[in-house]
Amino acid sequence: MSSSRPLAYVHSRTAVLANENIDTDRIIPARFLTTTERTGLGKHAFEDWRYLADGSDNPDFALNKPAARGCQIIVAGHNFGCGSSREHAPWALLDYGITAVISSEIADIFRGNSLKNGLLAVVVSPAEHRWLLEHPGTELRIDVAAGSIRLPDGGEIRFELDEFSRHCLLNGVDQLGFLLRQDNAITAFEKNLEQAA
Amino acid sequence: MSARTLLDKLWDAHQVVAETAATPGVLYVDLHLVHEVTSPQAFDELRSRGLTVRRRDRTLATLDHSTPTLPAGADGRRPYYTPEAESQVAKLEANVAEFGIDLLGWDSPDRGIVHVAGPEVGATHPGMTIVCGDSHTATHGAFGSLAFGIGTTEVGHVLATQCLLQRKPKSLAIHVEGTLQRGVTAKDLILHIIGRIGIGGGTGHVIEYRGSTIRALSMEERMTVCNMSIEAGARAGLIAPDDTTFAWLEGRERAPKGAAWDQAVAHWRTLGSDEGAKYDQDVHIDASAITPSVTYGTHPGMVMPIAANVPKAADALEQKALDYMRVTPGKPMAGEHVDVVFIGSCTNARLSDLHAAADILRGRKVAGHVRMLVVPGSEKVRREAEAAGLHEVFRAAGAEWREPGCSMCIAMNGDLAQPGQLVVSTSNRNFEGRQGKGARTVLASPLVAAASAIAGVVADPRDYLDQEAAA
Repeated sequence: MSSSRPLAYVHSRTAVLANENIDTDRIIPARFLTTTERTGLGKHAFEDWRYLADGSDNPDFALNKPAARGCQIIVAGHNFGCGSSREHAPWALLDYGITAVISSEIADIFRGNSLKNGLLAVVVSPAEHRWLLEHPGTELRIDVAAGSIRLPDGGEIRFELDEFSRHCLLNGVDQLGFLLRQDNAITAFEKNLEQAA
Repeated sequence: MSARTLLDKLWDAHQVVAETAATPGVLYVDLHLVHEVTSPQAFDELRSRGLTVRRRDRTLATLDHSTPTLPAGADGRRPYYTPEAESQVAKLEANVAEFGIDLLGWDSPDRGIVHVAGPEVGATHPGMTIVCGDSHTATHGAFGSLAFGIGTTEVGHVLATQCLLQRKPKSLAIHVEGTLQRGVTAKDLILHIIGRIGIGGGTGHVIEYRGSTIRALSMEERMTVCNMSIEAGARAGLIAPDDTTFAWLEGRERAPKGAAWDQAVAHWRTLGSDEGAKYDQDVHIDASAITPSVTYGTHPGMVMPIAANVPKAADALEQKALDYMRVTPGKPMAGEHVDVVFIGSCTNARLSDLHAAADILRGRKVAGHVRMLVVPGSEKVRREAEAAGLHEVFRAAGAEWREPGCSMCIAMNGDLAQPGQLVVSTSNRNFEGRQGKGARTVLASPLVAAASAIAGVVADPRDYLDQEAAA
């Protein structure tokens, strides 16, 4: 089923991937797209950064640092998720254990795919983004309903999230159910189309 | 009614339910293109919920990403790269049979890369909304259709309801005036545009390409331009339909016929943006100043004129990209040692692209150390190229002439470069590892690719065009 578990809060330390323009080929290389499942891609997330040639963990990769282990929040450089429409990218991140991505810009298709799968993808202001990039390991509490990120010192960062995505995240609702309930309107629209033709 | 843009007109005509503050709009999809990589999980979703495909007549599938480009063996078996690739293709074949969808499959004379084959069979019409689980769906905007890539969850939405939940994007007009100089192609134009606005410059927007330069482009050139809109972050690129569009489309298998054609053309003529329509952003480009271009970094916005020197890195991260590419600021890209040349992809694998490359290669040889692959975009392109003898030109020069598919653009079918190899590629993405782990990609036009294959180094095609002119 495509419906995801309800997501109200994310409470975790951050891991920082400061590179700008991290594309979906970085997140999940194309050679793993021959899968016909949604699950099991976590072990290949960031594959070409994450592992050395002999298959062992690359100690220089930010997510492999001891302090980053178990982090559910990635703070990423500007324009995260650019490139292809592969939904395998959010599937891989979720399977890896990531629940939220924060950047100063997130590519349109990746952001849409993420929100539909219960991966919170949020954009913050450049100044707040810079601060988060410079402070890896910060303990954040993201409140989906309030649209806020609570910092350890009590400070707060606001983010925009459209009402519908918020509703779907909070309730774990999938959007197909909503669309299926539009059947009357869709049928009427199709009738008009055929009359016009 | 106030003056409307082409985007406004397309959006208004497909709105089933208007968006509100609380909910996105419901947008009707006229044509849904499907391929093997981004659809299996969507069909599983339909099956698990007991749903059917709402409009089989508005759904068209093809095989392109995971398919081998080498022919089947004597035993009839195709040389799939992995068992997973083979089973993914088999799964689409089974899904289209189960759900009753047309497939341009192995036995079809029309099979090809989804964004080459779709327009070729006349499935792409002006005024349509077109989606596919593929970001290069933007290609179809060349016909004045609103065409964009979607994820697999949305593939399921469209299969089940023929609709998507969408908020209307902003509009960005790119006005291009002036004449493209000799040796400068549509590929150089779009690379230049991406370099100018940046790879996130179109995020949240639909681009409309306008101006005398755009009007003068052929349909194949317009497809090359719109194809790479996503490389500037825009989900879609649009060009208003005109006589060039109608002449290209008329008579194709899935185009309207007879009175329906005339009626359709009359409607399509109304689609252009109204005089005085306002865009959220405007960018002006002087086409006459563009030269043959190549990328030097690890995204399509890191692009420069072929005769220029690699610019200095703006920061440490950009320096990392230059290090990955093993290029030096202040030194030219021209002259960089080339290992592989790839002519193919939904950006540049149409007949005119192959003619352009063949014109440079004719009577010349690919440098001994260079491996060159030429992969036609579709079976139709392959037939037409072979009828014109282009395959013989490529083979005589020492290039491999392959069967149609996405091939080394996405490198998931076994056509890939080795770590460290430099590939001059007519495809659309030069991301790290895109064409094989550790492979270094230089994006360029078919002319630059062909010239570089002969020279064995990144080369300016104008040198070869000048020789032809002198001969």
